[in-house]
Amino acid sequence: MKLDPKIPPGDLESKWTRYRSTVKLVSPANKRKLDVLVVGSGLAGASAAASLAELGYRVKVFCFQDSPRRAHSIAAQGGINAAKNYRNDGDSVYRLFYDTIKGGDYRSREANVYRLAEVSSNIIDQCVAQGVPFAREYGGVLANRSFGGTQVERTFYARGQTGQQLLLGAYQALQRQVGQGNAQVFPRHEMLELVVRDGRAIGIIARNLVTGELERHSGHAVVLATGGYGNVFYLSTNAMGCNVTAIWKAYKKGAAFGNPCFTQIHPTCLPQHGSYQSKLTLMSESLRNDGRVWVPKHKGDKRRPADIPESERDYFLERKYPAFGNLVPRDIASRAVKEVCDEGRGVGPTGLAVYLDFSDAIRRLGRSVIEARYGNLFEMYEKITGDNPYETPMMIYPAVHYTMGGLWVDYQLSTTIPGLYAIGECNFSDHGANRLGASALMQGLADGYFILPYTIGEYLSGLIRTGSIPTTYSEFDAAERDVAQRIERLLSIKGAYTVDHFHRELGKIMWDHCGMARSRQSLEYAAGEVKKLREAFWHEVRVPGTAYELNPELEKAGRVADFLELAALIIQDALHREESCGGHFRVEYQTEDGEALRRDDEFMYVAAFEFAGEEAPAILHKEPLKYEVVTPSQRSYK
Amino acid sequence: MRVTLKVWRQKNAQDKGRFETYELDHIDEHASFLEMFDVLNEKLIKEGKDPVAFDHDCREGICGMCSMVINGRPHGPLPRTTTCQLHMRHFRDGETIVVEPWRAGAFPVIKDLVVDRSAFDRIIAAGGFISVNTGQAVEANSILVPKENADKAMSAAECIGCGACVAACKNASAMLFVAAKVSHLALLPQGQPERYRRVRNMVAQMDKEGFGACTNTNACEAACPKGISVANIARMNREYLRATLLAED
Amino acid sequence: MRWLAQLFTSSLGRKYVMAITGLFLCCFLVVHLSANLLTLIPDEGKTFNAFAHFMTHNWLIRLLEIILFAGFLIHIVQSIVLVVQNRKARPVRYAMQAAHPQVSWSSLNMGLLGSLILVFLVVHIGDFFVDSRFRPEKLGVDDQGYVNLYGEVVRAFSSLPYVVFYVLAMFALGFHLWHGFQSAFRSLGLMHLRYTPGIIWLGKVYTLIICGGFILIPVYWYFKQL
Repeated sequence: MKLDPKIPPGDLESKWTRYRSTVKLVSPANKRKLDVLVVGSGLAGASAAASLAELGYRVKVFCFQDSPRRAHSIAAQGGINAAKNYRNDGDSVYRLFYDTIKGGDYRSREANVYRLAEVSSNIIDQCVAQGVPFAREYGGVLANRSFGGTQVERTFYARGQTGQQLLLGAYQALQRQVGQGNAQVFPRHEMLELVVRDGRAIGIIARNLVTGELERHSGHAVVLATGGYGNVFYLSTNAMGCNVTAIWKAYKKGAAFGNPCFTQIHPTCLPQHGSYQSKLTLMSESLRNDGRVWVPKHKGDKRRPADIPESERDYFLERKYPAFGNLVPRDIASRAVKEVCDEGRGVGPTGLAVYLDFSDAIRRLGRSVIEARYGNLFEMYEKITGDNPYETPMMIYPAVHYTMGGLWVDYQLSTTIPGLYAIGECNFSDHGANRLGASALMQGLADGYFILPYTIGEYLSGLIRTGSIPTTYSEFDAAERDVAQRIERLLSIKGAYTVDHFHRELGKIMWDHCGMARSRQSLEYAAGEVKKLREAFWHEVRVPGTAYELNPELEKAGRVADFLELAALIIQDALHREESCGGHFRVEYQTEDGEALRRDDEFMYVAAFEFAGEEAPAILHKEPLKYEVVTPSQRSYK
Repeated sequence: MRVTLKVWRQKNAQDKGRFETYELDHIDEHASFLEMFDVLNEKLIKEGKDPVAFDHDCREGICGMCSMVINGRPHGPLPRTTTCQLHMRHFRDGETIVVEPWRAGAFPVIKDLVVDRSAFDRIIAAGGFISVNTGQAVEANSILVPKENADKAMSAAECIGCGACVAACKNASAMLFVAAKVSHLALLPQGQPERYRRVRNMVAQMDKEGFGACTNTNACEAACPKGISVANIARMNREYLRATLLAED
Repeated sequence: MRWLAQLFTSSLGRKYVMAITGLFLCCFLVVHLSANLLTLIPDEGKTFNAFAHFMTHNWLIRLLEIILFAGFLIHIVQSIVLVVQNRKARPVRYAMQAAHPQVSWSSLNMGLLGSLILVFLVVHIGDFFVDSRFRPEKLGVDDQGYVNLYGEVVRAFSSLPYVVFYVLAMFALGFHLWHGFQSAFRSLGLMHLRYTPGIIWLGKVYTLIICGGFILIPVYWYFKQL
């Protein structure tokens, strides 16, 4: 396998413009003869599908939810970045590019990130034209706010539901194309296999989740926009259905998987409160502006927080990081919380939580000020936990939030399989080893609206004489047979444990040993445990019902089976990357004061893994990262 | 805590369906309603029975997938709360809880508590959009929107498309859903060029799907997890009246 | 002509028709009550009979009468169509439905209330309207030479069952108006943060006056003749 990032020549600033002006085109008459399959209907999928259909391609969209509008992009709260410089505060495309590269701890491609920053303005224009109700000033112009440590105000937002509004904009654009007959949506359909013929992606096998029937869909290109795989940790801020299955099938059919171990863990989430818990909810990071994080000084102190005197509290973030205090970056905060909980000083019924205390702020500023700043968040907290954060400290704990890793793609967003594209969170993305706040929405829409519709023409222009691709090819037969056999096998095990049991176990292994802090020892242990668990799964799982009905347990079983395989790859990657960078922290590689120690001389590359068989370890390929414009430096927060 | 569940079970669209009763013990009062259903399903699977199918995804109240009528109320007894954000502490220990699917002719039951809400997608496809192709947009700040209108549009746009309004309405009417989208787009300058077409086409599709009419009972607003106001329905009535009287076709 | 069809047969169009006819009938009730209150003038019905004579012998009023009947008819027919459609929209009922405190009882029972009013209407027309219009000789004439409708009123309201029936019907009308009056405005799209509270208030005052007035008359005459 050869990794060619296909970065166009020329200055950083002119690469995309020149590429766009010289990329091969498909004439309108020929577009009508070309089918594109889009899997996933989130920001990336819906925007790509709508844009491709507008161009005249025949588009089919698949999603496992009952409507494309429910994809998990809908849950994004904070906002979307764009280098509009509406605040006259010195923002520019270069600054957004630089912040993103630096935030990603210098593990992303300069050319890709620069292009992302370049098109960010077009995204805002497009969304406003679609009627996305962004926040406004009294003069009628768009409002901005600051976000995640940057020094400019470049974040556009729609209350706390920016993701929802952007997704509905893309969804409505897609439904418009459905109404015009240019696009077809297949809701409650799950892609279970990629069909490859002569090295090119030519279709998918999708299961109709209502009837259970396996369907063959052929296309001249397949676009995966299936989101992140954070649910490999079982508990995450992802939706219950988020999964790796589609990109995992692509990986096993020959697409390289980039940087699988780069996962983002968000410090301020609601802690787990019981073994039955199904998901974790994010609380806005802004709370750390006024809340103080603490745990009791002594292990096993079970007193109510109000009964613990000041002298017996440990405000550990303020103690360890006096300069930044409670406002240290996400990865630092998350690791510090984990540390105190590992010491047995965590609070709450499970001991896996720390207090986020507003009593000082309420005393200093008055309750009304705090209410004005965080009222809706406090309300949400109370709705979920039943505790009133004005009276008793909040409890928070870090949770898996986003995965920077994903299918390796070149500058054209093409995977290593010709005709197979990956966009949005499911590709290994522009975020390097760590994603900045309000950048996920930007990337999803950039890929879907403004990048893929151009780059896909390069490939499709070569297929204008192909005609419709028949679904009777032997590759379709084989792929469908494989899927059917796998389903049959899952149903036939009839073991003693539920799918959720295995998923929970897997999550525990991954979280404890491949989570916020990783070491060779913990990773090797995790590798062994995952292997055992995978074997146990295939012998002892119980999947009720039949293949030919709506069977949510069967759907889950397929996804967990893939997570079990993915976990091994994540561990392999985490083991090989002997450095700490962004969301990947190897305890062996830290500075004297506990900072992440990046090793640019050895690891300044994208790790792209090639599938080498069910039992064999994946083959590592390296795409070196060349920094021609920015100079990598060590991040410091003290 | 201990609860008795009376849950609607229906194998598929053709099945007549019936209630089945389940007893659950040792439910944590901090579990969400859906997590309680997870516990029930694990129990059913271990007993070799068919688990209850129900729709859910984000479990943070925004995707709009969860849809249960709990003790006669869509999304349960709490105002402005989706089923996934409802917690067991709002029920009494030992309580009997009746759980049914959304009931509407336009939302046929697929299995157990899962219904088909694709009618909503078709209504949006009929006109719930602004026709602007990718790349056709003008500079964002060249379109000025009064803050008040932007805020009102946002309040309408918060709809999560769950269908609780239809489930709560005695007429199974989709007015609140349709009105929320009509209002959102009619309040913005970008929505003006298609203003008449949009409301007429969306209402026509809504009627075609077989939803009922509006009796202005406010049941939809009371059930809406996002608190979408019935004022949007009045706005749609106004828009439609104007469109049918003034459009020149 | 698609627009005309939409205006009368779409789900929204039917509601416009209900609202316009409903508000028209509300106006009629004001006239009707004003006329009825004339029976309370202690002149042995002279004013009332004279007014009744005027109403039956003026061509404009006769024309309005036809429109009024049309209004009733359209209101009733549309409501039947709506009820049938609305029932079809939910073929399978809920096993359990909890009333929400925000949802008024009358708004949920407009069909039932309307049906009760219809029953009353049939009896009522049979009692007063048919005789005065088509068989005036049955009622006799007063000393002004006008048909003595006043006498018929006094006679009818001396019967306790009739008075009870009448009063109950007015309660049904009251609940119907309590919701219907403001609902009509909303159906026509007239809802405004500033004015709608006024409309709701007006609707309640209107309902109290109309129903109070209509109840006062039979009760007055019943107790007077005791």
